[in-house]
Parts: sequence; C-alpha cells; structure tokens
Amino acid sequence: MSFLSRERTIAAPGYSRWLIPPAALCVHLCIGQAYAFSVFNLPMSKLLGISQSTPDDWKLTELGWIFSIAIFCLGASAAVLGRWVEEGGPRRAMFTSALCWAGGFFVSAIGVYLHNLWIVYLGYGVIGGIGLGLGYISPVSTLIRWFPDRPGMATGMAIMGFGGGAFIASPLSVWLMSQFSTPTHIGVAETFIVMGIVYLCFMMVGAAIVRLPPPDWAPEGYVRPAQSTRLVTTENVFVYEALRTPQFWLIWWILCLNVTAGIGVLGQASAMSQEMFKGQITAVAASGLVGLFSLFNMGGRFFWSSTSDYIGRKNTYFIFFALGAVLYAIVPYTGSIHSVALFVVCYAVIFSMYGGGFATVPAYLRDMFGTRYVGAIHGMLLTAWSMAGIFGPVLVNYIREYNITHGVAAAQAYNITMYVMAGLLVIGFICNALIKAVDARHYIKTPERDTASQAAVAGE
Amino acid sequence: MASDRERMATSNGLKLILAWGFVGIPLVWGVAQTLVNAIKAFH
Repeated sequence: MSFLSRERTIAAPGYSRWLIPPAALCVHLCIGQAYAFSVFNLPMSKLLGISQSTPDDWKLTELGWIFSIAIFCLGASAAVLGRWVEEGGPRRAMFTSALCWAGGFFVSAIGVYLHNLWIVYLGYGVIGGIGLGLGYISPVSTLIRWFPDRPGMATGMAIMGFGGGAFIASPLSVWLMSQFSTPTHIGVAETFIVMGIVYLCFMMVGAAIVRLPPPDWAPEGYVRPAQSTRLVTTENVFVYEALRTPQFWLIWWILCLNVTAGIGVLGQASAMSQEMFKGQITAVAASGLVGLFSLFNMGGRFFWSSTSDYIGRKNTYFIFFALGAVLYAIVPYTGSIHSVALFVVCYAVIFSMYGGGFATVPAYLRDMFGTRYVGAIHGMLLTAWSMAGIFGPVLVNYIREYNITHGVAAAQAYNITMYVMAGLLVIGFICNALIKAVDARHYIKTPERDTASQAAVAGE
Repeated sequence: MASDRERMATSNGLKLILAWGFVGIPLVWGVAQTLVNAIKAFH
C-alpha cells in the first residue's frame, strides 16, 4: 500500500515537527498498557468460579507467563524486525504494530471465551508482543531525525508515553470489566475487544500523522556539526556492523544492569515497603506508594533524557549508576531508622533513574552510531531488556528466599538484595566509563559500501 | 505569499492543539486517577 511507504511519509514544507511527538505518543500510550496487564490476572483466575477460583480455573502462575511472553517477544521482534522498521519507514511500522497489538487483544478475547490459555499466550503474548516491539522502536529514529538539536528530549517524550500508558489502561480496564461483568460472568473477553478497538483507532491516528523530515532538513537556527565531537558522531554505522563494536555491547550491559536493578525491586516495592515498615505502611498505603513510584518512573523518562541533551549521555549514566548505587545502599538504613520519608525519597529517585535509563539510551546510540540505523540498533539493544526482565525478579526472589530459609527476619531479608543491586550498578558504572568513540573503520564510508554490506547480509 | 504562510501557521496551530489534546487529555486523566488513588491510600 503506497500510503504506508516511506516516500509517502516525507513531510511537506512547513510541517510542524511538534506533531511528531503526539504521533509517537499515540503508539506508546497504547502499548504501555503492557505494564498494567496485571489488573486482569485476578479476574482471569476466576473465570469459571466467578467469586473464587475453581480447580479448572487458570492459576496466577500460569497467567504470569502472558506478560513474560509478551516482553520476550517485544525484545525478539524489535531485534529481528528493526531493520525492516528502519527501511520501511515509521508509518508502515506503526500500522503493522497497531494491527498486531489490537489483533493480540482480539485473539486473547477468543482464548478467554473458549477458556483456552494457549490462545491467550498466542494472542497477547506472541502477536501482541510483536506489536509491542514494532511500536516501541518505530517512532524513535523518526523523532531523532526531527529533533537533531534535542534528541534526548524527543525520545524521552515517546518513551515517557510507554510509562504513562499503564495509568490510562489500569483504571480503564477496571471500569470496562465492571461494566461487562454480571453475577454469573466476568467481562474480560468483552473488555479485551473494546480495548483492542480503542487501541487500533488511537494507533492509526499516530500512523496517519507521522512524517519523516525531507532529506537534509534541519530545524530553524540549527547548524549541523561539521565534525564528530569526542562522543557524538556525525557518521553512521550499519546496523549489523554496530554489533561488532565494543560500544554496542557496553551499552547493552549498561541497559541490562540498570533495568535489572530497577525491575527487580519494581515488582517487590509493595511487599518490601510493608515488610520493612511493619505497622507504618499498610497494604493500601503500599499500593498508593507503588502508584507514586510509577509516576516517578514516567516523569524520570522525560526529565533525565532531556537533561542528557545538556550534560551528555555518558554523564547522565554516570549519575544513574553512582547515585543509584548510593541510594540502594541507603535503603536498608531507612528501614533500621524507621524513616518512611527517606525510604520514599530514595525509591522515588531510583525509579526516576530506572525510567531515565530506558529513555536516554536511544540518544546514546545515536551519539555512538549516527541516526541512519539508530532504530534498528535500538531494536537489537532491547534484548537487554528481555534479559533483565528475567534476571531482575529472579535475583530478588532468590536472594529473599535464601535469606528467609536461613532465618533472616522478613524486615531485613531485602538488605542483601539492595547491596547486590548496588553492586550491579557499580559494574554498570565501569561499563559506562569504558565507552569511547566508535572506531572510524566501522563507519559507513560511501553509499557503495553501504549497498555492498547490505547485499552481503541479504545473501547470508 | 504572506497569507499562505499565515494560513499554514493557523492550520499547524490547530493541528497541534488537536494532536496534543488527543494524547494529552487521556494521559492527564490517567495521571490524575493515579494521584487520587495514591492520596486515598495514604489517608
């Protein structure tokens, strides 16, 4: 379809670049629903029993796999399809992402209706997960091209939307389920269908308004640097060539370690706060705290990525790792002095930096590898997220279990976890310190060489 | 020429309001809901 082609996406003269962030947000606010999927877990575990689970109902452990499969497919599809996204243009990628994401909800609705969990795994997990991956990376390089003067801020806006999507999806899902539920039926399937339709329309608006800037376009008053500076290149690296540079793998570990530390405690924040401050933080207050931390997670995506435009990407990650390590090490102390306020402040900053790590990394890649294949390279990098999604929770749960079985009190059981997380951030700090400019031999030298490398890859 | 530019600026302004409203209103609503729930939880 020519409407979707890259050529048809080139903006006419006078097109405002400030229309691109809303286009990106149309996609990211929808796919950010993934963070709120847990609101369906409990209702889906009682689809047959209605008021309580029966032996034939799905177990919570089985339902937990839906989110895990989706996040795995996000990383895998972003890595495999990154080059297709980059070369096909943002509209085709957003359109496909919308079809996959909404299709995932429709297929899942069938799975819920037939009470077949494998269909839900296929729907939300695999098909929806592919939509997640395509949607996540599709606007990134477009935003970087439109905002060469503020790439961190631009990508931060989109990735902030991913964090914010859960704030919309969570109350919306609960409200829809309440509308469709009766005393003899839980309205999960109907909710999935309505959400699929809403997300399809919303994402299509994004696909319709997204544009690529004309070649050699630059914002008014912006002078493109003629030469690379120490850590910001004006050259480009081909997508698969980036994998051969130490910089890619160092950034891979930077993202993986930052996310591992954050994701590990994200899922435990509620239980951890209640166990560390028994009698001070109730279960209801803990859920409020988690909501508050999620706001910092979202706000940090915009704040830190925008800050990185002024202080540099490397310095921003130095702050994440140095300040993060100190804050993780302080958390056990907050428990010992029973200071809820200090605990909340530490966690709020930690979660802002967790979100900031996601949002700043596309601009870091652009600085290292240039703008041409940044979306595809970003896609490859997201495998670090998939990996961290497994490492983080496993690490936290395993250390906690080990402590409890060895007689450590529940309130102190998280202390070692916090020190391990601080240690991970120290390793991240070292990886960041090792980052230098990419060696010139990796740059695309001429259009001929670019074509040759692509042909070689295609022939493999 | 000047009127063309003016027309384009007006049209861009309208598009910007619509586009940012389209994504901004749901986002602000979601954030407000979260804040209200967080405040409720603390009380």
